[in-house]
Amino acid sequence: MNVRLIALLLWLPAASLAQGFAGLGSSAEGFALPEPNPTFTFPSDDGAHPDFRIEWWYLTANLTGDDGRDYGLQWTLFRTALTPTDGTGWSSPQLWMGHAAVTTPDAHFVTERLARGGIGQAGVTAQPFEAWIDEWTFSGPDSDAILRAAGPDFAYDMTLQATGPRVLHGDAGYSVKSAGGQASYYYSQPFFDIAGTLQLPSGDVTVTGNAWLDREWSSQPLGADQTGWDWFSLSFDDGSKLMGFLLRGDGDYSRATLIRADGTTVAYPDGAFNAEKIVQSQVAGRGVPTTWKVTLPDAGIDVVVSALNTQSWMDTSVPYWEGPVRVTGSHTGRGYLEMTGYE
Amino acid sequence: MLLSARDVHKTYDTADGPFAVLRGVDLSLEGGQSLALTGESGSGKSTLLHLIGGLDVPDQGQITIDGADIAAMDDAGRAGLRRGTVGVVFQQFNLIPSLTIAANIAFQARLAGQYDATWVDALTDRLGLTSQVAKYPEQLSGGQQQRVAIARTLAPRPRLVLADEPTGNLDEDTAASVMDVMLSLVAETGAGLLMVTHSSALAARLDNRLHLRAGRIA
Amino acid sequence: MIAVTFAALFGHWRRNPLQLFTLLAGLALATALWSGVQAINAEARASYDAAAATLGEGQFDRLVRSDGQPIAQDTYIALRRAGWLVSPVIEGRVADARLIGLDPLSAPGGLTPVGLRNIGGLQDFIVTGGRIFAAPDVALDGAVSDPAIAPGTAIADMGTVQKLLDRPNELDALIVGPQQPLGQTSLDQIAPQLSRQVAQGGSDIGQLTDSFHLNLTAFGLLSFAVGIFIVHGAIGLAFEQRRATVRTLRALGVPLRLLVCLIGGELLGLALIAGAIGVGLGYLIAVFLLPDVAATLRGLYGAELTGTLQLRPIWWATGMAIAVGGTGVAASTALWKLSRMPLLTGAQPRALAVIAGRGVKVQAAVSAGLLCTAFVLALTANGVVTGFVLLGALLIGAALGLPIVLRAVLGFAANRSHGVVSSWFWADTRQQLPGLSLALMALLLAMAANVGVSTMVSSFRLTFVAFLDQRLASELYVTAQSPEQAASLVDFVTPRVDVVLPIMSTQVKIAGRATDVFGARNHATYRDNWTFLTAGKTPWKDVHANVAILINEQLARGADLTVGDVVNVGEQPLTIAGIYGDYGNPIGQAIIAESLFQTLFPDVRPLRFGLRLPRKKVDELVKDLQSEVGLPASSAINQAGIKAHSLAIFDRTFTVTTALNVLTLSVAGFAILMSLLTLTAMRVPQLAPAWAMGLTRAQLGRLELIRTVMLAVLTGAIALPLGLALAWVLLAVVNVAAFGWRLPMYLFPWDYAQLGVLAILAAGLAALWPALRLARTPPADLLKVFSNER
Repeated sequence: MNVRLIALLLWLPAASLAQGFAGLGSSAEGFALPEPNPTFTFPSDDGAHPDFRIEWWYLTANLTGDDGRDYGLQWTLFRTALTPTDGTGWSSPQLWMGHAAVTTPDAHFVTERLARGGIGQAGVTAQPFEAWIDEWTFSGPDSDAILRAAGPDFAYDMTLQATGPRVLHGDAGYSVKSAGGQASYYYSQPFFDIAGTLQLPSGDVTVTGNAWLDREWSSQPLGADQTGWDWFSLSFDDGSKLMGFLLRGDGDYSRATLIRADGTTVAYPDGAFNAEKIVQSQVAGRGVPTTWKVTLPDAGIDVVVSALNTQSWMDTSVPYWEGPVRVTGSHTGRGYLEMTGYE
Repeated sequence: MLLSARDVHKTYDTADGPFAVLRGVDLSLEGGQSLALTGESGSGKSTLLHLIGGLDVPDQGQITIDGADIAAMDDAGRAGLRRGTVGVVFQQFNLIPSLTIAANIAFQARLAGQYDATWVDALTDRLGLTSQVAKYPEQLSGGQQQRVAIARTLAPRPRLVLADEPTGNLDEDTAASVMDVMLSLVAETGAGLLMVTHSSALAARLDNRLHLRAGRIA
Repeated sequence: MIAVTFAALFGHWRRNPLQLFTLLAGLALATALWSGVQAINAEARASYDAAAATLGEGQFDRLVRSDGQPIAQDTYIALRRAGWLVSPVIEGRVADARLIGLDPLSAPGGLTPVGLRNIGGLQDFIVTGGRIFAAPDVALDGAVSDPAIAPGTAIADMGTVQKLLDRPNELDALIVGPQQPLGQTSLDQIAPQLSRQVAQGGSDIGQLTDSFHLNLTAFGLLSFAVGIFIVHGAIGLAFEQRRATVRTLRALGVPLRLLVCLIGGELLGLALIAGAIGVGLGYLIAVFLLPDVAATLRGLYGAELTGTLQLRPIWWATGMAIAVGGTGVAASTALWKLSRMPLLTGAQPRALAVIAGRGVKVQAAVSAGLLCTAFVLALTANGVVTGFVLLGALLIGAALGLPIVLRAVLGFAANRSHGVVSSWFWADTRQQLPGLSLALMALLLAMAANVGVSTMVSSFRLTFVAFLDQRLASELYVTAQSPEQAASLVDFVTPRVDVVLPIMSTQVKIAGRATDVFGARNHATYRDNWTFLTAGKTPWKDVHANVAILINEQLARGADLTVGDVVNVGEQPLTIAGIYGDYGNPIGQAIIAESLFQTLFPDVRPLRFGLRLPRKKVDELVKDLQSEVGLPASSAINQAGIKAHSLAIFDRTFTVTTALNVLTLSVAGFAILMSLLTLTAMRVPQLAPAWAMGLTRAQLGRLELIRTVMLAVLTGAIALPLGLALAWVLLAVVNVAAFGWRLPMYLFPWDYAQLGVLAILAAGLAALWPALRLARTPPADLLKVFSNER
C-alpha cells in the first residue's frame, strides 16, 4: 500500500478522498470539543491532548545565512487519533506524522515521517518538553530548545531561545474557525530566536533568524463547506507581528491577531482582515497564488506579501504550499505563508 | 443507341514486347439486336468483349453503353455496370462453386437488387433446371452449367448480354440446344446481344456479323 | 449486395469444411499452446509477486540477529530514534498458515494488504478489529481474503500478531527502507547484535524460477510459430482455391474493395473464434500442467505457487491478440495479392504456396543471412536479449532454408535413381515439396524445440543430481531450534555417530558482493565428495591451513575471480583454492575452515548439523533424537529423503516437458495431415498419368506414405543438429546471461532416437489417411482428369 495514501487517510479521518482538506470539517463523534473561555496551563498544555482528534506542533522560521541569502525552515508534528478510545502499545489509536522542510530562494526540500503512537516511536511530553518522531526532535525549555530533522537530501540542527511570552489567539485561545461556530484551541510562541546549521546538497550553511511556533488542537476545526485556508504569520521590522487566516468556503471567513512587540494582542473579528490574490504561479501542475495583498485597515496594515520561492510545495501525503515570504508596503518584514486546499 | 464503340485500341505487354490486340475498332448495337463477332484466335474478339463488359479499360477510344462512357468510370462504376446493365456468359461458365444452383441463378439479380422471383422461376423452368436447383455446380454436366450461367445472366434483365464462346466447351448437340434457348430468352427480354464465336454457323443465326482480323474490323 | 456476396464467399467454407477446420484448429492449437504456457507463467509470476510484496523478501535489505534470536521491540525504537528507517516484521504459524505481522505505517511501499486502502480498514487493522488479511487458500476464521498476498500466508498488524503468537515486544526482522536520512548513527552503536542481510535485488526468487519459465516461454513461442505456419498454409490455400470465385464475383460486378473488406472481416471473425477456442484450450492445458509446475517450483526453489488457476483477463487479451495478429500476418500477403490481382487473370487455382524462380533465391538469401547473423551472435552474444535474437535468427533461418535443402537433396536423389518408378517418385516428390514445405518447417521447428528443450532439462537434471550427491554427503541433517538445544544435540549425538559436521554460515561481502560464507570442519566427507570446476592442487588442505577459501561459480563469474586470486573475508586475506558449481543459488557463496570461521565470526553458532553414520542406523537415531532431545521429526532430514524428493521434482519437470513435447509434435503432425489432405484433390491430376501408365492405386497410396515418412526423416536429420544448437544457446548463452552459471551440456542419443521415432510416427500417422484416400480414389475420378482436359 502506498504510504502516501495511508498518511492521507489518517490525516483525514472519516473523509472521502475527494473532500481533501475539506475532510477536516467532518463530524467528531466521541472526541472532546473545544469550549469557549479556556484556561491553558503551561507547561502541561504544551503536551498532547489525546482526547481531541487532531493536534499539531507547527514551527516555521525565517532565516538568514552566513552567505547572505534568505532561508525558510519548517518542523511540524501532527497527531491524529483514529478513535477516542484509549489503547496502549501497538493498539494505541494515536498516529503521528512529521513534516520537515527547508526553503532556499531556488530550492525546496521536503520530507515526511509516519509513526504509531503507544510504542515510543513518536510522541510529545510536556515536562521536560519533547516532541519527537523517529530521530527528529523539538525539545528543551523555551530558553534553550533544540530542533532537529533530516531527510535523504537535507538536515538541520538548530537551537532556539524564546524572547517573549506565549500568545493566545481568538478569545483567550478559543479560535473560532467558521460562522457556524467551529473552533479550535490555538496559541503561539512567535518570539523565538533561532540559530544553527542547514545541511544541504550544496553544502552546510550557518543561519540565524526568528521562529514562530503554532499550537493548535481540536476535533472539528472547519465548517462543512470550507475547502481550505490561506494562513499568514508575518513579523514586521517594527517588532509587531500579525497572524491572519482566511478560510475559503461558501462565504470566506477571516480572523486575525495583531501581536505587539511586548506580546500584548488585539484579536479581530471576521472580515477585518483581508487577503487578495495578486499573482498566481504554476506549482506542481496547479495554480497557486504566491503574491498577496494583505490589509487590516483597523491596524493601518496594507502590505504586499510575496513568496521567497514560489515553488514551496509540500509534496507530502496531503500536499499543500508552505514557505517563507517577504513583506513590503505600509509595513516591511518577513513571515510564512501556508495555503491548503489547492487541489 | 445501346452500345457504341469508337476507335478502340488495346495493347498488352507480353514477354516479346507490347502486342496491339485492338487497333481501332468501331461497332454499334441497338437494343433487341444481336451481333456476332467472329475471328481467328488472337484476333482480339475476346478482348473487345471484355472491354465492353467493363472487365478491362481501353487504352484509347470510347465505349458507351446507353450513352455512358465506360472508360471514364472508376472501378466501382464499372462494377456497378457489370452488376445491373451488362450480363456476361462466359465460355468457362464461372459458376460459384460454393452456392447451390438456385443461389447461383439468383445471385446476380440479388447483387444488382433486381431480383424478380417469378422471372427467375420462369428462367429456371425454361432452361430445364427445375430439378437441379438444390445441387451444386460440380454435380452438373457442362451443358447444364452453361444453362445456369445463362439464367444467372438474364435474371436481372440486363440491357446488354455479352457471350464469349458460350458453347465452346460443349458438344455439338448440347451446344445447339443451349444456343436455341439463349437466343429466344434474350429476344424475349429485349436486350442487345453481342456474341463472340469462331463458328460461322452460330454467327449466321444472329442479326448481324462482324469479323475481326488482326485487331481491326475486316 | 454485401449479404449476397458474403454468402457466396463464406459458402466456400461450407463446401470445404476440412479447410475451415484446418484453419480454425491450427490457429486454436497455436493460441492454446501459447496461452497455456503464458497462463502457467503468469500464474507463477503472480504468486512470486505476491510473495515478494508480502514479505519484502528480496526487495529490501533486512536486519536480523546473527544468532537467529528475536529482536527486542526496544531495539526497533532505538534504531528509529537513531535515524534508521526500518520496519518491523514478526512471523509465526497459525492453523497451518504463515502469519506475518507488520506495521503499515513504517512498511516500505507496496508491502501492506489491499484491504487497508480505506481508513475504516486501517482503524480495524491496528486499533479495534485486529483484522487479518489472508491469501485465498488460507482458511482462517474472520480473515479477509486478498489475492495479492502470497499463497499460504496471512498478514495482520504487528500488535495483533504479537498477541496471537504470545510474543509481546518481540520482532523477527527489520526491513530497511530504500531511502535513509542524512546523519544516521551507525548500526554498531545502536544494535551491534544485528547484522544486515543484503537484498537479493535482481536475483530474487522470481529470477531464479525464471530459469524454469525460460524453458516454458521458449516452448510456447516455438509452438506458436509452428501453429502460425499451419495458419499461413490454410489461409494461403483458401485464397488460392477462391481465386476463381473472386474473379467471378468481380466479373459479376462486386467491387474489389468490398471483396477485400469481406474477406478481411471473415478472417477476423474466424481468428476471434479460433482465438477464443485456443484460450479455452490453453486454460485446460494450464490446468492440467499447473499442479506439476507448482510442485516443481516449490521443490526446486521453495517458491510457493497456488495449485489453482485463475482465469486472468490478460490471457484473453494476449491470446486473442496473438490469434488475430497471427492471422493478420498470415493473411496480409494473401490480401495484398488479392487487391492487386488483375480481373482477367489467375482464374485457375495454382499449387499451394508455389516457391519458384526469384522467390527461391530471395528465400535462400534471407535464410543464409539469418544463419550468418546467428553464427556471429553465437560468438558474441552475452545478454538475454541477444540470446533470444540468436535463437530467433537460428530457428527462422533454418526453417526458411529447409525447403531449399530438401529440394537439393531430392534433386540429387532424382539424378541418381534409375528405375522408372523411382525416377518418377523423386521427381514427383520434388514437385510436391512446395505444397508441403510449410508443414515440414513446422515439423522441423517442433522437433528442434523438443531436442533442444529435452537436452536442456536432461543436462540440468544430470548436473543437479551430481550436485546433490556432493552437497548431501551426510546421511542425516538435523536443525536445532536454539543454541541451547544445539549444544545438547551435539552432546547427545557425538558418541552415536561417526562425525558431526556443523553447518555455520553468515553473510559478508567478498570482493564487494554479498556472499554467504560457510565454515567447514576438517573431515574426509568434504574431501571425498566435493568436486570443483577448477581448483588448486590441495584445496581442502589449504583451506584448513587457514590460508585459502573456496568460492562458488556465481561469485567467481560475478566478481571475475579465478583460482589463485586473493580475497578478503573481513580483514583476513585468503587465496582462492577452488571454484565449485552451485546451481540454483542467486548469490555468492564461499567456504573457509571452521576454526577460521569461529575466529572471524564468534557470535555465529551453528544450529544445523550434518551427521555421518551407517545408513541403517539413521531411522533409529531420528527416533532417539525425538524422544531424548525433543527434536521434532521435521527437524531431522534424511539425506536419502532429500534426494528422492529432488528427483521426484525432476520427474515432474519431465512430465511437463514431455506433455509439451507431445503437444508440439501433435501440432506439427496435424500440419502435415492438413497439408496432405488439401493437396490430395490437386494430386489427382498429377497421379492420374502414373496410374494410367500402370501403377496401381495401392502402389500410389504406398508411395504417398513413403514419401511423407521420407520427408519427415530428412527433416528430422536437419532438426537434430538444429535442436542441439538450440540447447547450446539456451545453456551456454541465455542461462549464463540470466543466472550467472553455465550448465554443462550432455547429449542423450537415446532420447533423440525416441523423439525421432515419435516424429516419424506422427508424420506417418498424418500421411496414412490421405494415402488411404488416394488408394481408394475411384478410377472414374482419375479418368475424369483426362476427359475434362480439353
